[in-house]
Amino acid sequence: MTFNYIKDLIHAIRSLLKGMKITLKYFFSPKRIITQQYPTMKPVLAEKFRGEVVLIHDEQNEHKCTGCTSCEIACPNGTIKIVTKQEVNEAGKKKKALDVFVYHLELCTMCGLCVEACPTAAIYMKNSYEHSTFDRHTLLRKLNQEGSKLQSGIE
Amino acid sequence: MTILKFILIPIIIIALFSIIGMFLVYMERKVCAFMQIRIGPNRVGKFGMLQTVADTLKLVLKENFSPKYIDKFLYNLAPLLAIIIPFVLTIPIAYSKSWQIWDINIGVLFITAFSSLSVISILIAGWASNNKYSMIGALRSGAQIISYELSGGLAILTIVMFSQSLKISEIIASQANGWWIIKGHIPVIVSFCIYMITITAECNRAPFDLTEAESELTAGFHTEYSGMKFALFFLAEYLNIFILSALGVILYLGGWQPFHLPNLLEFNNIMDFIPAPIWFFFKVFLIIFIIMWFRWTFPRLRIDQLLKLEWHFLLPLSLLNLIFGFILIMLNFIVK
Repeated sequence: MTFNYIKDLIHAIRSLLKGMKITLKYFFSPKRIITQQYPTMKPVLAEKFRGEVVLIHDEQNEHKCTGCTSCEIACPNGTIKIVTKQEVNEAGKKKKALDVFVYHLELCTMCGLCVEACPTAAIYMKNSYEHSTFDRHTLLRKLNQEGSKLQSGIE
Repeated sequence: MTILKFILIPIIIIALFSIIGMFLVYMERKVCAFMQIRIGPNRVGKFGMLQTVADTLKLVLKENFSPKYIDKFLYNLAPLLAIIIPFVLTIPIAYSKSWQIWDINIGVLFITAFSSLSVISILIAGWASNNKYSMIGALRSGAQIISYELSGGLAILTIVMFSQSLKISEIIASQANGWWIIKGHIPVIVSFCIYMITITAECNRAPFDLTEAESELTAGFHTEYSGMKFALFFLAEYLNIFILSALGVILYLGGWQPFHLPNLLEFNNIMDFIPAPIWFFFKVFLIIFIIMWFRWTFPRLRIDQLLKLEWHFLLPLSLLNLIFGFILIMLNFIVK
């Protein structure tokens, strides 16, 4: 019993000293510091980091969204709202087309299900992350640019 | 002259303590940061030097909020009592040969007696807050401080036995030919270790910060305090560390006396050239650094482990140590 008491005591002191040695080593080696000072040192993010949903536009201001609302259905918390309109093409045929792509960034959980659901790969998730604003309403976004059209050959 | 003293000394002490308090908070944050491979405060001022000034300003400007169902009188009394104790404790501390407010003949007893009053302020705060977290924290603090005072007192008693005086100036004078930690052999080294553990516990700092215990009790006894009232508790904690470290320096490290090596006259002369207050503050901050080092290394103990450490290990050890020291004195092994 006495033997165990002393053995415990020695073991405790040794393990405490071991811990103190480690912290002292860190204290005297400031070169190990791994802190990234954010506003001056921007982190390098992976290409696939999910920051916000973006509708891809090419140089002719054309996108691939057909207004099928697959993304709206796939979205688990109603972040996306697709408004469609009726368009008449050259042949005189009536056709459904995208009017407004509404995106609530403040509701988005960045799950990426909309990107997976899109049949034409019209949207993707950009790796931007500095979204904070002073007004909540600036987070409500219209993703299709003004006067943009559907790319030809996308049904 | 006496009136001038009555006015000047409190002003100097308040100024000194506010500077020390701010510096200790800054030091704690920097030490903890470096020990965790971080940078710590570095935005306000050069190397974040003005961080504590900014924090204090913020605390002063904060709303002085108090909850509805509290004991108003005791709730306001507790932080006041907490901050008064370190100011009282500074009375017998000798910063240099002549920088001492009052050299009482029971200086050490005075400090041990008044430092134990800090538990009353914590108990009052816990009781008056009318909150279960505060109450549990306060009761734990009571158990902890009262237990650890025993072995702390016995550790101090070893030095009192060796220097044969309770007077601070005489204890320092007894170390003129070598600090107690050097010439006191094993009993003083053991009692120094016990003293270091005890002041960590007395100041309610990690690994003994069961009164606060963020993960279990949100903030322990000061859960219901905010703004300047919280700041007073915070400041009192740091000033208590300073005072008890200063007592440790006086007892074990020769107070304001410079470091001397025997038979090295030139080295000793260079050491004598450094003023006494600088020596004193250097040693105090060395001890404070060790306490901060404890805090950022060890995990927190459970309440039963804490009490077991005191009653099963430290108290028997300090009693045996006292007897051992007594035998060494009887055998004329220790030079006074």
